[in-house]
Amino acid sequence: MIRRILSRMLYLLPIAAITSFLVFSMLLLLPGDPTFAIVGEMANEQERQQLREEMGFDQPIPVQYVKWLQRVLSGDLGRSLRNQEPVSEMLATRVPVTLELTFLAVLLSVVIGIPGGIIAALKRNSWVDFAVSFLAMGGMALPYFWAGILLIRLFSLQLGWLPPSGYVAFTEDPLQNLKLMVLPSLTIGVSLIALVMRQTRTSMLEVMSQDYIRTARAKGVSKLRLLVRHALHNALIPVITVIGLQTGALVGGAVVTETIFSLPGLGRMVVEGIFERDFAPVQAGILVIVTGLILVNLLTDLSYASLDRRIKL
Amino acid sequence: MIDTVATHHAGRERSENRYLVMLRKLLRHKIGMTGLVIILVIIVCAALAPVLAPYDPAEIDYESMMTPPSWAHLLGTDEIGRDILSRLIYGAQVSLKVVFVSIFLSLVIGGAIGLVSGYAGGRTDNIIMRFMDALLAFPMLILALGIIAVLGPNLMNAILALAIVNVPGFARLVRGQTLSIRELDFVQAARSIGASDIRVMARHVWPSVAGNVIVYASLRASAVLIVESSLAFLGLGAEPPTPTWGQMLATSMEYWSAWWLSVFPGLAIFLAALALNFFGDGVRDVMDVRLSD
Repeated sequence: MIRRILSRMLYLLPIAAITSFLVFSMLLLLPGDPTFAIVGEMANEQERQQLREEMGFDQPIPVQYVKWLQRVLSGDLGRSLRNQEPVSEMLATRVPVTLELTFLAVLLSVVIGIPGGIIAALKRNSWVDFAVSFLAMGGMALPYFWAGILLIRLFSLQLGWLPPSGYVAFTEDPLQNLKLMVLPSLTIGVSLIALVMRQTRTSMLEVMSQDYIRTARAKGVSKLRLLVRHALHNALIPVITVIGLQTGALVGGAVVTETIFSLPGLGRMVVEGIFERDFAPVQAGILVIVTGLILVNLLTDLSYASLDRRIKL
Repeated sequence: MIDTVATHHAGRERSENRYLVMLRKLLRHKIGMTGLVIILVIIVCAALAPVLAPYDPAEIDYESMMTPPSWAHLLGTDEIGRDILSRLIYGAQVSLKVVFVSIFLSLVIGGAIGLVSGYAGGRTDNIIMRFMDALLAFPMLILALGIIAVLGPNLMNAILALAIVNVPGFARLVRGQTLSIRELDFVQAARSIGASDIRVMARHVWPSVAGNVIVYASLRASAVLIVESSLAFLGLGAEPPTPTWGQMLATSMEYWSAWWLSVFPGLAIFLAALALNFFGDGVRDVMDVRLSD
């Protein structure tokens, strides 16, 4: 196991280094004097000069990058221009919102998508199967923001079951928090539910036609045990791959979804930063997102090992 | 010399026949054709917008604000009395332009990077591909947001951002194919008679990978459309008064009582994305390639 983790890390480390360099280079690519983006237009020349020395803007790019990385690793991500709030403090309140949103979306896709896919595969060519295929096809082309708007129309305005938008922290009022999070997580979950359903169906069909399943059946293994112990175990590996690969798209969807439901998450922070020409939160938000995704990548990969015994640990 | 010219002509004729065969296969592919027909309808709408649109998309009419669908305004009017149908028709122009131009740009740039990387091999290849992997680690929308944060929000930059976002995908695909093709006999033969590297890449390697590149491009199109309308929805696409589907949906959220404001633009994006998906699947089946993406 440790060897596997190490070899994956060896592959991901250069990628993490290059992604962080790309995020850093946003500063270099900004048109004009980068100090304007960091301390704003109101700062005086003395402050600017001090910043230039601190950041090493007159030094070669690799040196600047290392200096920047050192600052980031020590938790200094700069300050927001709007209210001088340290970006690290903004992150502390905003990361949990996006994390919860993404986690709930994955949970929904597992709870709805996997059983849906299994039923479709077991009752192949029945109306359930067609309904699942149809939903899967539509769910993948459904734009997040339209799904969100339609969900608000149906569940908040027509039926009045759920609040249309807003945010309460889970620690403050867990029930209200979940009520507010249902529609947003369903919004970004729709396409993942569709994908998971389709993948589960395909891989279940593939697994069920294999020899070892026939052998197990011949041995007289009960239906439920056959399904869970023998078939599902192997069928789930490609499903996990799909979920892992789609986490990036989910986070992209979270940006839009947070805007629709006015949730104070990471994506909202990045978009607001772009509009207000407040550079530090944009850069930090993107850095956190891409680092998180590289970790998810690593975790997905390691989770195969625990599911598939053929993959040597 | 005459001989090479002759074989080249023969080769070209055969490849034209191959494309004709594929076209005939595509005509029989039901889902692919459904997609193609919807796309063609949207293209015609966009191209003939001035003729087809019943009203000027920017014409403000205070006499009929927020009217539900009627014979005068088939899909209703918005908060300042502009005709929704006309705005949708003109909105198609923006979406199509962004999708086609950005995919074309990423195809050219990504293809060139992939060719050079795969053809050069070794260390150059390694470094280029690490960069492409790193770019792929960013979700499409997040990378696009980062690029727009640097360049500033407007339509040109949205197109550029979407083009850059898809470069690594094309580069990976072309690079992989180039790696295997460059070892084949006909490429080695061309090199041995002294063809320059650029000539080998352009005349021998590229034609062999072009088919898969076309399939990949058509599979990417619907994702690009969704990200384009997401950017427009967030207010980072074309500036008003240019109508875009995404931005129409964004304003619909200020007027919840008018269902037609949010249903029709969303339906337009959904149908266009679905059609591009169908078409992409059709092209893939017809050209009979498996892409690992």
